[in-house]
Amino acid sequence: MGMYEQIARNKRRTVLMLAAFVLLIGLVAVALGILFQAGIAVVPIAIVIAIGLAWTSYFYSDKVALAASRAKPADGPEYRRYHNLVEGLIIAAGLPKPRLYVVDDPAPNAFATGRNPKHAALAVTTGLLEQMNRVELEGVLAHELSHVKNYDILVSTVAVTAVGAVALMADLGMRFLWFGGRSSRRDNNDSGPIGLILVVLAFALLILAPFAAQLMQFAMSRRRELLADASGVQLTRYPPGLISALEKLQDDKAVVHHATRATAQMWIEQPLDRDQEKKGTRGSWLNRAFDTHPPLDERIAALKAM
Amino acid sequence: MIAIVIVAVLVVLFVLYVVLTYNRLVRTRNQIDNAYSQIDVQLKRRYDLIPNLVETVKGYAEHEKSTFEAVTAARANAIQAQQGGSPAEQAQAENALSATLKSLFAVAEAYPDLKANQNFLNLQEELTSTEDRIAYARQFYNDSVLGYNNRIQSFPGNLLAGAFNFAPREYFEGDPEATGPVKVQF
Repeated sequence: MGMYEQIARNKRRTVLMLAAFVLLIGLVAVALGILFQAGIAVVPIAIVIAIGLAWTSYFYSDKVALAASRAKPADGPEYRRYHNLVEGLIIAAGLPKPRLYVVDDPAPNAFATGRNPKHAALAVTTGLLEQMNRVELEGVLAHELSHVKNYDILVSTVAVTAVGAVALMADLGMRFLWFGGRSSRRDNNDSGPIGLILVVLAFALLILAPFAAQLMQFAMSRRRELLADASGVQLTRYPPGLISALEKLQDDKAVVHHATRATAQMWIEQPLDRDQEKKGTRGSWLNRAFDTHPPLDERIAALKAM
Repeated sequence: MIAIVIVAVLVVLFVLYVVLTYNRLVRTRNQIDNAYSQIDVQLKRRYDLIPNLVETVKGYAEHEKSTFEAVTAARANAIQAQQGGSPAEQAQAENALSATLKSLFAVAEAYPDLKANQNFLNLQEELTSTEDRIAYARQFYNDSVLGYNNRIQSFPGNLLAGAFNFAPREYFEGDPEATGPVKVQF
């Protein structure tokens, strides 16, 4: 698949995702309306809120993502190499220079965000800058710049905000229901079997909405990592750099402190703990379904095959 | 009536295709020119860094005079070749400059104080990344030429390119020695 098709596809996906997101918020609103017996009146309000959120997430998601990760602008002489490497790579990629940020965290990791190459930002952890040598760092930065060039950053940052918003609404709804909704539920019992079915459906929807939003997000983020590895190497023309960087990431078991489920998919490597598998109660396919990144082995093997 | 409409639609589509393709070719051709001048910008950056580097090393290694003179002469040569020389001459001059820089860094090896000097380390980092940028600028130029040549040599772009005189561009093929990075040893 060519790069331009990839860019067009990412733009299409963003529109689709924003539409799906508005729809999901609408459904959550209907569910809340049924559970609180507030009627359909809440739906238009919720949709206006959803459109507002979608709008904000398009224009401000990069700032949200950077703030959520506690990223600070990379000013100062100690970040000279970081700036130099990026300035070299943007020449190769034909991109404007993104804003550069640093996250004060010992775990090596990096992410890119923004809505287009002109409004893009890169963030790396201090751990990454310390542990990677020049070529490895260059490989990682080339990977991140590929996300910028392919418009992956638009899809993923919008997804971060959208998923966060859906999760927040469903969560708030559940809480209200738990603490404030007892009396209204008693009334529901009088409204017959149809009312009961509706209530159950609404409940199920509230519980499932955040999962639906996350699945949407994961489905899109995993294949993109492999693509960004490939096009990153196309910039540096030096696969061993990224390979050895990924191998270092594989050896490093530290987790990024200010990464959450919502922002997980932005990073170059899964920033969260994978030890859930050890607990063994959930099937491993489920964990894999919720992994935002393909396993590092797979990515390294794909690069070695080039 | 219907036939006229169909013909009109086809004509409009054809004109639209020609206009869009023409504009696209002009854009990529300009991008190539820009990419080419970007190489010069980076080469100039390297020329600008060298005097600083020489001065810094001089402060620690005064009696390595011949090395400094060789670097300065090679730099002057390279600047001259860039302004008026043929591509082959340019490549040769760049090659010579890289070689003298190598010997300058080899000299620096013998002076531990120099190697610990922050200013020297900064210059070394700048020079390394400038070498990178030169290589990347050439790579981007070649990538742009590849895309452009593909477009004007494959069907149906070739018909349009022929009609409007879009000529294929040449790749930058540097001497492997000249385009390679300066080896900096520790």
